[in-house]
Amino acid sequence: MKHVVIIGGGIAGLTVASQLCNSNCKVTIIEKSNRLGGNLSNYTYLFPDFSKVEDVLKGYIEKVNSSDIRVIYHTEIHKVKREKDKFILESIDNVRINADAVVVATGYKVFDATIKEEFGYKIFDNVITSVDLENMIKENKIITSKGEKPSRVAFIHCVGSRDAKVGNLYCSRVCCITAIKQAIEVKKLLPDVEIFCFYIDLRLYGSNFDNIYLTAQRDYRIQFIRGRLSETSEKQDKTLLIKAEDTLSGRPLQMHVDMIVLMVGIEPNNFAQYMKNENYLHLDENGFIKQKNVHLERNITLEEGVFLAGTCIGPMSVGETVDHSKAAAFEVLKYLSRN
Amino acid sequence: MENYTKIKWSDYNKEIPDDHYFYLRSCIRQTFFPGSENVFIDILRNILKKDIYDEAKQTTCTGIGYHSDIVTLDTIQTVIARQFALMTEKGYENVVISCVTSFGIYNETMHIWQHHPEQEEKIREYLRKATGREFKKPVSMSHSSDVIYKFRDEIAKRMKYPLVDKKTGEPLKIVDHIGCHYAKIFPETGIGGAEFPKVLTGIIKSWGGQIVDYPERRHCCGFGFRQYIIKGSRGYSLTNSKKKFDSMEPYEPDAIVCNCPGCAMFMDKWQYVIYETQGKKYSKTGNGIPVLTYEELAALVLGYDPWKIGLQMHQVDVTPLLDKMGIEYDKEYYIEQRKKLAIV
Repeated sequence: MKHVVIIGGGIAGLTVASQLCNSNCKVTIIEKSNRLGGNLSNYTYLFPDFSKVEDVLKGYIEKVNSSDIRVIYHTEIHKVKREKDKFILESIDNVRINADAVVVATGYKVFDATIKEEFGYKIFDNVITSVDLENMIKENKIITSKGEKPSRVAFIHCVGSRDAKVGNLYCSRVCCITAIKQAIEVKKLLPDVEIFCFYIDLRLYGSNFDNIYLTAQRDYRIQFIRGRLSETSEKQDKTLLIKAEDTLSGRPLQMHVDMIVLMVGIEPNNFAQYMKNENYLHLDENGFIKQKNVHLERNITLEEGVFLAGTCIGPMSVGETVDHSKAAAFEVLKYLSRN
Repeated sequence: MENYTKIKWSDYNKEIPDDHYFYLRSCIRQTFFPGSENVFIDILRNILKKDIYDEAKQTTCTGIGYHSDIVTLDTIQTVIARQFALMTEKGYENVVISCVTSFGIYNETMHIWQHHPEQEEKIREYLRKATGREFKKPVSMSHSSDVIYKFRDEIAKRMKYPLVDKKTGEPLKIVDHIGCHYAKIFPETGIGGAEFPKVLTGIIKSWGGQIVDYPERRHCCGFGFRQYIIKGSRGYSLTNSKKKFDSMEPYEPDAIVCNCPGCAMFMDKWQYVIYETQGKKYSKTGNGIPVLTYEELAALVLGYDPWKIGLQMHQVDVTPLLDKMGIEYDKEYYIEQRKKLAIV
């Protein structure tokens, strides 16, 4: 029986595993943490329909748990090499695993907002990231460092995305719609809060994303200001002073808010860097793993037998990740049937 | 993208040489803060036992002229090249620059030459024709506040008057203000990068003081060349300074420390203008907030006589700060000097 090893137990890896589990091959998921679900587990609701993350993940996790799929936790792969027609995967702790085919489903990591010092993350108490806010939403407890409900919240788009100063020129694609989703969630929990979203331009690519944007303005009174944040300062009472430019009115502005949410972008995961160091898989200009052909072979690497699923190739939504991962499973089966 | 874009600036430090400095002075500091540069040399030579060369043949860097569009880019580069030639002739390779404007210009010049070697060749030819001099580029370029930062702990060991309120034992609250051209042009030239440089905060903490983090901390002091040189725009300069004073006032700072000649000058002098025009003084004691250079601060903690380092020349009375630190001084001499200098 052929052995397929999937690196990563997030939504991409789970999708590939679910597709392969009844296809007469042995499947192993290697997960670096102690749980399945990956980055998606950090979220509570999903755009565009506010469906619950646990509902999306539940089916996949149950399927994996009830099948013959083996899951190895606490294992981070940092080396992949081919020996004849087999692959040997090696973890940081020197665990070695053999495979006939490898699926890279290593996902992404979020931008480290401390690099944008001017925004004040980890410097000022009430500057948080979109990931921190998700935890607050999960606990139904959106409060400032003083334990009070904020009355004014600013969302800052494109933190670590489309920013030459931090070396990320690309758009993370899902942050605009995530900001709108989170702003609505905050407004649902705190109806009296005033919310301001600072954006470069709103990249609402999904067919129903613009409707959510309109809903946010019309039904939730969320205000959108076109302009990037210049800098944040903290006042004595721990509220924040922000300086930005309103590029529609062409004027600088200052504003006092109780909380700032930084919409942190998507960056290549450590696995991509390991592959670069090992000179094994090629990376694209943004550091994500390179696809053989960006139109026709989006699941295939330049290394035959190594396949790609999900955000290891670049930012994408959950729906797109699932589609991409199903296609990866199909490519794996084609490859195994040939070999 | 260039590698430094991924730098976590809070962890960033730059290399500062340990010894053998070629000192490049400011064109205006000796007028406004007459003791600062001399006491810097004295601390290095006589307390830290370092070698620092003070070249009599040096000139202004012409930075004010350059930023006012009077001096051309080629001319200022040739002036810088001449300073480097003086350094080369004396056998030094580490320049220490007293002025933040000059520091920005030296870094800008080196940057231009790095990316446009043909420009460097052209300037070498200009210098050759004009003076017959040749030069080597410096191995390191530090601002003099970088050097004080490097030796902050050595100074702390010899400290006579820490930045502490002698009566209460509480740390003094000090505002740090960094000149824009120190790191905002090239973040890698500043200790800690451009947003939160550590060069002055490191000094203040090492000497027992407490940093005041106020909302307009990173705002320009108002010195901006085009603001103060053009009389019609001078109101912008004053407005910027006022914005900072208004923002820091609730924190009740004991002093402001600057590493740029323009910042120190304007934050000191504009307090007087604001008082004259609006009757406003930024301290509970009705005095204003004393403004010091980092060399003056170093000299005070080391026990130098305040009037020998020129503190009587400051617009805002520094004696409340001296009293808090427990520094003894000749009061009569101070009053007499202030009368002579006609400082209100």
